Amino acid sequence: MVRLQAKDLQIRYADRTIVENLSVSIPDEKITVIIGPNGCGKSTLLKAMTRIIPHQKGSVVLDGESIVKEPTKRLAQKIAVLPQTPESAGALTVGELVSYGRFPHQNRFGRLTKKDLEMIDWALEVTGTKFFKSHPVDSLSGGQRQRVWIALALAQETDMIFLDEPTTYLDMAHQLEILELLQQLNVTEKRTIVMVLHDLNHAARFADYIIGMKFGKIVKSGPSEEIITKPVLRELFQIDAEIGEDPRTGKPICITYNLVRGD
Amino acid sequence: MFNYRLQRIPYSIKLGMSLILMIVLFGMALVFGAADTSVKDVISALLSTAPNDQAIMLREIRFPREVAAALIGAALAVSGAIIQGMTRNPLADPGLLGLTAGANAALAMTLAFWPSVNYFGVMLACFAGAAVGAILVFGFSSFHPEGFTTLRIVLAGATISAFLYAIAEGIGLYFKISQQVSMWTAGGMIGTTWNQVLLIAPIVLVGIAISIMCSRQLTILSLSEEMALGLGQRVRLIKSILFVLVIILTGASVALVGNLAFFGLMVPHIVRAIVGTDYRFVLPMSAILGASFMLLADTIGRTINAPYETPVAAVVAIMGLPFFLYIVRKGGRSFS
Repeated sequence: MVRLQAKDLQIRYADRTIVENLSVSIPDEKITVIIGPNGCGKSTLLKAMTRIIPHQKGSVVLDGESIVKEPTKRLAQKIAVLPQTPESAGALTVGELVSYGRFPHQNRFGRLTKKDLEMIDWALEVTGTKFFKSHPVDSLSGGQRQRVWIALALAQETDMIFLDEPTTYLDMAHQLEILELLQQLNVTEKRTIVMVLHDLNHAARFADYIIGMKFGKIVKSGPSEEIITKPVLRELFQIDAEIGEDPRTGKPICITYNLVRGD
Repeated sequence: MFNYRLQRIPYSIKLGMSLILMIVLFGMALVFGAADTSVKDVISALLSTAPNDQAIMLREIRFPREVAAALIGAALAVSGAIIQGMTRNPLADPGLLGLTAGANAALAMTLAFWPSVNYFGVMLACFAGAAVGAILVFGFSSFHPEGFTTLRIVLAGATISAFLYAIAEGIGLYFKISQQVSMWTAGGMIGTTWNQVLLIAPIVLVGIAISIMCSRQLTILSLSEEMALGLGQRVRLIKSILFVLVIILTGASVALVGNLAFFGLMVPHIVRAIVGTDYRFVLPMSAILGASFMLLADTIGRTINAPYETPVAAVVAIMGLPFFLYIVRKGGRSFS
């Protein structure tokens, strides 16, 4: 059974329709990557499925229950969301910020229990940010900061984690570091991970399942081998791509590409 | 602007030291003033009910006035901190967001159309005015499809404040009550009575207590609205509660002392330099340091040119400006 599904979704901003008639199932305990050109509705879909923004028609169902009806806190115990480049955390220290991941589990007065503290510690440990615990988040480098935000999502102790372009603004090594961390969480902790990525080769390498979107619709979805192909990339991005096989991972890899002209 | 050396000191010690500072300043405020009094006089006035002039002056004039100063200082600092966190805008201040101007305009109207009004009526008018001012500012800045941003709020706040001040002045001139209005708005805490204090105190104390209970919610909201939603916050409800708290705290302050530009902007910045940006720590500290700072400002205002009063607003500006500029120059990045 699939825990999270969207059916016939329509999402509008003011009078502009961003996503139309979209249905999708998120495979459990897998890494799902959404790709597509700028403005195709990737982030919008991500936000609608996590109820950051409302949808106008259709439904998003989690564990057989519409997410609209679910109390906000209970939803936050099941799904963690990391928006695109979260705003500055100011002078909050790493420890303070990550402790707010426990927010959905706390009562009104918000005393941190022993279990809360253990989860916070664990989240800092696996993301390799424990050393910075008492440093202000803003004093860290981009890669460290991104790991702190992921630690916040981990402290939330959810089965599903949604991330919007978690590798933006990072250099190659740090991008890989974040993606490997997420992969490790997926393998060892069985977390379902859904993220928007721009790098096709990262998508091919880390995704179990890729959703290719254009103009607010899903063009095609499936494993990397079915999506990172010449015809699908042509349709999605208007590019003529040369696809090879990554000699190390065996996954498809986009070697070079040209824009398709005068189509 | 967060200081590494300060950071190592545990929060409880910082809070305790600020409390001691507040108590010392309160004591000083009682002892120093236009009339000569000593520590002994103050203690005997507080402990006995002796009907001598000095004891009555202390009990009925100076004491309520300083209690009011502490309450107003705390209220303005806390409401400043809340509004800065809510709007993620380091420049936000009740004065910049139309609240003070709104309360001011309402005050002028009340004095013009209902001259026999009692203190309670004035206070209600100030609350209503603060609410109308704030709603105008937030309403105008959220016309834009993307909702309100830092820049739009500041621009709308400046425009609407100017408009509301113009209304207040126009009414003052037309009804020949300018002097009365400015007695209210610039008078500081002169002539504060126990009755006024007892009316304001529960409102301010409850307002601050609820604010502190909401401090975790405020921290989450100050990260970003999406983050807050993702963490399971009922954003709209929390924003409304915080908004009402700001209006109540500011309204109460304006009713008692009139305009104190700058205070609500400055104190939270000083507080953040000491305790960081987690509002669990910022709000209680803002209350205590806000109270301390106002006590100091009022004491200076009463003594620097005794027996004449120097307006507390002027003292706040003169004391605060250099300190504030120093913090700005130190290159703080508490927000951006």
